[in-house]
Amino acid sequence: MKINGAQMVCEAIIAEGVKTVFGYPGGAIMNVYDEIYKQDGFEHILNRHEQASVHAADGYARATGEVGVAMVTSGPGFTNAVTGLATAYMDSIPLVVISGQVPLAFIGTDGFQEIDAVGISRPCTKHNYLVRELSDLPRILKEAFYIARSGRPGPVLVDIPKDITAEFGEFIYPTEVEIPTYKPSCKGNNRQIKKAVEAILEAKKPLLYIGGGTVLSNASVDVKEFAKITQIPAVETLMARGVMGHSNPLLLGMLGMHGNYSSNMAMSETDLVISLGARFDDRVTGKLSEFAKYAKVIHVDIDPANIGKLVDVDYPIVGDIKNVVESLIAQIKDRVDTAKYEDWRNILDNYNNLHPQSYQDSDEIIKPQWAIERIGKLVGEDAIITSDVGQHQMWAAQHYPFDRARQWINSGGLGTMGFGFPAALGAKKGCPEKTVINITGDGSILMNMQELVTASEYKIPVINLILNNNYLGMVRQWQTFFYEKRYSSTDLSYQPNFKALAESCGGIGYDVTTKEEFDNAIKDAIKQDRVAFINVSINRLENVLPMVPAGGALYNMILEHKD
Amino acid sequence: MENIRRVISVIVMNESSVLARVTALFAGRGYNINSLTVAPIPDSNFSHITISTKGDKRTIEQITKQLHKLIPVLKVTEHDEMVEKEMVLVKFSANESLADISALCGAYNGGIVNVGPDIVITMVADEPVRIKHYLEAIKRFSPVEVVRGGVVAIER
Repeated sequence: MKINGAQMVCEAIIAEGVKTVFGYPGGAIMNVYDEIYKQDGFEHILNRHEQASVHAADGYARATGEVGVAMVTSGPGFTNAVTGLATAYMDSIPLVVISGQVPLAFIGTDGFQEIDAVGISRPCTKHNYLVRELSDLPRILKEAFYIARSGRPGPVLVDIPKDITAEFGEFIYPTEVEIPTYKPSCKGNNRQIKKAVEAILEAKKPLLYIGGGTVLSNASVDVKEFAKITQIPAVETLMARGVMGHSNPLLLGMLGMHGNYSSNMAMSETDLVISLGARFDDRVTGKLSEFAKYAKVIHVDIDPANIGKLVDVDYPIVGDIKNVVESLIAQIKDRVDTAKYEDWRNILDNYNNLHPQSYQDSDEIIKPQWAIERIGKLVGEDAIITSDVGQHQMWAAQHYPFDRARQWINSGGLGTMGFGFPAALGAKKGCPEKTVINITGDGSILMNMQELVTASEYKIPVINLILNNNYLGMVRQWQTFFYEKRYSSTDLSYQPNFKALAESCGGIGYDVTTKEEFDNAIKDAIKQDRVAFINVSINRLENVLPMVPAGGALYNMILEHKD
Repeated sequence: MENIRRVISVIVMNESSVLARVTALFAGRGYNINSLTVAPIPDSNFSHITISTKGDKRTIEQITKQLHKLIPVLKVTEHDEMVEKEMVLVKFSANESLADISALCGAYNGGIVNVGPDIVITMVADEPVRIKHYLEAIKRFSPVEVVRGGVVAIER
């Protein structure tokens, strides 16, 4: 039986097991929307902006580990989606984004809503396709899903001209993918792994440096097991929060610009960095020449281009973290002497006692760190926490008691404000049994606040916890520290009535100024089947500390700031 | 780190926009392209791109790794054991000494390929470093126009 290209798109989405698609229709993608209307194999969520659609698909992917799917039209529909693609690309999130395109004959004529989507998205997708023949469409769709989820995951764009979605042809969805030029290596070279094991056994001060690749590889259990067997202390990057579990005695905390003292000191003094799916981002390393200065480096990564990109690596291992860590465990478990690292662990414990992650609480006003710790106590393991970008994101990463991988969802690489709310909608669709809370700020939340309507229409009850300091807080903090308090365009005192805003869109709003109100609002919002804005007044000038100034050495941390 | 010159051979699937993927990668990551040539490989679905570039050791390594990450790239070869050739076409005024020009081109694996009423066109093909010498040497004949073909290379 012959079906049209639009139906092929739907059939492929169903065949890939996707339950929820996020999108926004328009001229060039209408054929596909017509088929979406007729089918019942997946649900379509109409976001109120294409950027939100891609972030929602992204949140769905991060929460479930499955490929997220978003659908947009040509021209502005596509350009609105670009920030979403770039966000997913920087954090290696598997997405398939389908965009409509003007009919083939109009390509290159500056047609209505025409834009070179593959040209624009080339640097922010893992791969992209412009479909030129209907007969290519089934193969391209199959490849798109395969490329998105295999190797180092990433977003894939499939741009489909309108006449191709209208055209009829035979549809056989391929079962196998055969791309002669794409063969990601997953296993890890055994000789390299052996050498790495010897290096670990020789080291006196080894340190596990755990990155987001560990989450993507679903290797949390294995990494915890490796740490337990070897008793090697660990630090997590922003993207890896939750992998070790907050109560794990081997976990020092998060490292980097807003890492805690013992984590950054550990990295500065270690003699062997065991990097698992981390990429030595500048927000992690600070001044490169001082980063892990005394250490040899084992770097395990599925992307060879990450290895040796920024630091010299002594033991490169290209492979999937899960596979490689399993091999490491098998080879080291009968040989390791955990007592050997005891002095090292003691040194780090002392550092932690010297400057623990802390803050000055207050009885007069809610401190953001208190608010985050409090939600941790109230919902803890049951929640998925998404966040936007800024101070609230760092406080959440520092203070929330994350227990598992995929519990923490944030835009780490691109740092996209406006990510958190739509990502929360995606996470909730993917994991409906979880309480989903977006920890956000009064700056970020406005960047995708139209999603209140989406959340209300589809009854997706996520909670937005707005830590409101009437500032674009992180930029304000840099202005305080580095620009002599010239608060250029960071005072956000002019703002909406958040409670009324939520309620006008069918949600529920809370204004919170005391700890008691805070508890009541959280408890009440969890019981609601409606989207919530909890507007929490926090002290205006709280800073995120410790802080390593950009380009500084990790061991030079600002631990306190006094005016 | 010191900048080195390298010729990188890239075998890619012969499909639309693959060259754009390669050049966009260089532009986006700030890598240098001295010359670039591309042509299909006979009797296959692949094309051969030869890129002459320079950068420090880490950059060259990144270039090869990033190229390899592109989905339509089959193979990336980068080392100094390459036979390299570059072709140059040069236009001279017919008033110059044709015998001298012909002898010079002969020394660089070429000769006069076209003669018109006012101009002569020469072609030479040689190693990149010798092409540099050739371009120095022809200055005395006041070349009207020079078109370089870019480096092509093949593994030894």
